[in-house]
Amino acid sequence: MSRFSIFSLARNAMSWHQNWPRQWRSPDPKPEYDVVIIGAGGHGLATAYYLAKEHGITNVAVIEKGWLGGGNTGRNTTIVRSNYLWDESGLFYENAMKLWENLSQELNYNVMFSQRGVLNLAHNLGDVRESIRRVNANNLNGIDAEWLNAEQVKEFCPIINISKDSRYPVMGATLQRRGGTARHDAVAWGYARGADDMGVDVIQNCEVQGLMIDNGTVKGVRTSLGDIKAKKVAMACAGHTSVVADMAGIRLPIESHPLQALVSEPMKPVIDCVVMSNAVHVYVSQSDKGELVMGAGIDAYVGYSQRGSLHVIEDQLASAMELFPLFSRTRMMRSWGGIVDTCPDASPIVGKTPVKNLYVNAGWGTGGFKATPGAGWCYAHTIAKDEPHDLNAAFSIDRFITGALVDEHGAAGVAH
Amino acid sequence: MLYIKCPWCGERDETEYHYGGEAHIVRPENPDELTDAEWAEYVFMRTNTKGVHRERWVHSDGCRRWFNVARNTVTNEIVSVYKTGEKPDLPEAATTKPAPVKPATAKKAPAKKAAATKAPAKKKEGA
Repeated sequence: MSRFSIFSLARNAMSWHQNWPRQWRSPDPKPEYDVVIIGAGGHGLATAYYLAKEHGITNVAVIEKGWLGGGNTGRNTTIVRSNYLWDESGLFYENAMKLWENLSQELNYNVMFSQRGVLNLAHNLGDVRESIRRVNANNLNGIDAEWLNAEQVKEFCPIINISKDSRYPVMGATLQRRGGTARHDAVAWGYARGADDMGVDVIQNCEVQGLMIDNGTVKGVRTSLGDIKAKKVAMACAGHTSVVADMAGIRLPIESHPLQALVSEPMKPVIDCVVMSNAVHVYVSQSDKGELVMGAGIDAYVGYSQRGSLHVIEDQLASAMELFPLFSRTRMMRSWGGIVDTCPDASPIVGKTPVKNLYVNAGWGTGGFKATPGAGWCYAHTIAKDEPHDLNAAFSIDRFITGALVDEHGAAGVAH
Repeated sequence: MLYIKCPWCGERDETEYHYGGEAHIVRPENPDELTDAEWAEYVFMRTNTKGVHRERWVHSDGCRRWFNVARNTVTNEIVSVYKTGEKPDLPEAATTKPAPVKPATAKKAPAKKAAATKAPAKKKEGA
């Protein structure tokens, strides 16, 4: 693997940047692997990377029915934060945050992680109380969090409208200064490049059509490129998790919904932080290209169409307009949808399944991107050791039977 | 935007309705005898069908009555609308699973080309 540095940049400039090598191979599948990971999104690739790096397991394939990072990894609004309420989630996401902070150096790949600060707005007394409680809970877990009143919010983000005459006035906000955004594609590419360098096969255009299960133990996967034997199989397929789990006869508490996002035409810098509002379902940041990146709420119905209904975007833009009157003449350039796999308690499932040697990483709902490094790190540990790490032990499927739910509806960016 | 035909009021915009989740989940008749796993199955587990999904909707801005819809979750095509308490068989075409995707072969190339040539034509129409 050629490393990126100022010297390699200069050297390649001499040849007009025509001679950069390919960043990863496109191998044909081998007949057998130690681990097959289903889904080459951020989570699947990060898992492969940490399997190879932390656990020395390099005979790994990541198989993908489409193209690398073409699902929710390439469709999200790139927000990273760790201000979750409960100890289980707070510590989990904080571990991810620490990995984010060193990720570009770790991967020798610029993921453009920008810790520009994330505001979560409060619009009513209930929001205010919940937010302050969450700030205190975060601080107890060593996660940076501050409570800002409306004037302080205005100071931090000058274009926001804090008029008391708003339909949903801004009454304050939580601020996580270490939160921010990252370049979503680069995260997938960086992990793919790193994993590939350690011998992992990333196989695109290879759809899983069935699982080989013998006597309650998974033996491999049936794909559009033929059967692949595997000692262990790990799902990392987000919105399609129920479809793959169904091949193993496993029922999950997951429902897949369309979640829409949109970007504006590029404009000069107007907003240098991330603003999120759970109550009115809008979250905004500005990309380095100058586009406003906005997300809407989920469509209520179950859907696999990667597109949602227009009224959801209309509602979201109405809210954005109220918060940022400045945006009123901004033209929106593109909108799209992803399929998000939501869990009843707004927390993910990362762990073992009733089928031996089959693992599940799913249920991230509307907020899986921020977890990418942490999820891959914990999931790799779970697969390598055949038992969850302390950080993801609480996120088992069993919690829906025992009742030990991790209710993060308050901290989840989008109600679902 | 979905157009849904309420069995009582006729076809209306999706915004008049609220979604009620998967249909035909029957409340257990023997709650005292249920194990935790059986409760979990009733309360949390869902089929999350990719394909034709039977689901409940309520015409909240209209007659406020609940009914069932069979909708294809990939294409959003509504296959059938029927009243609560009914469970009609669906048209055979709607329930058969699509053939598994065949491995990519050279045959696919012309199809891609055709799509590529079509795209600019569409743009012209729009302009």
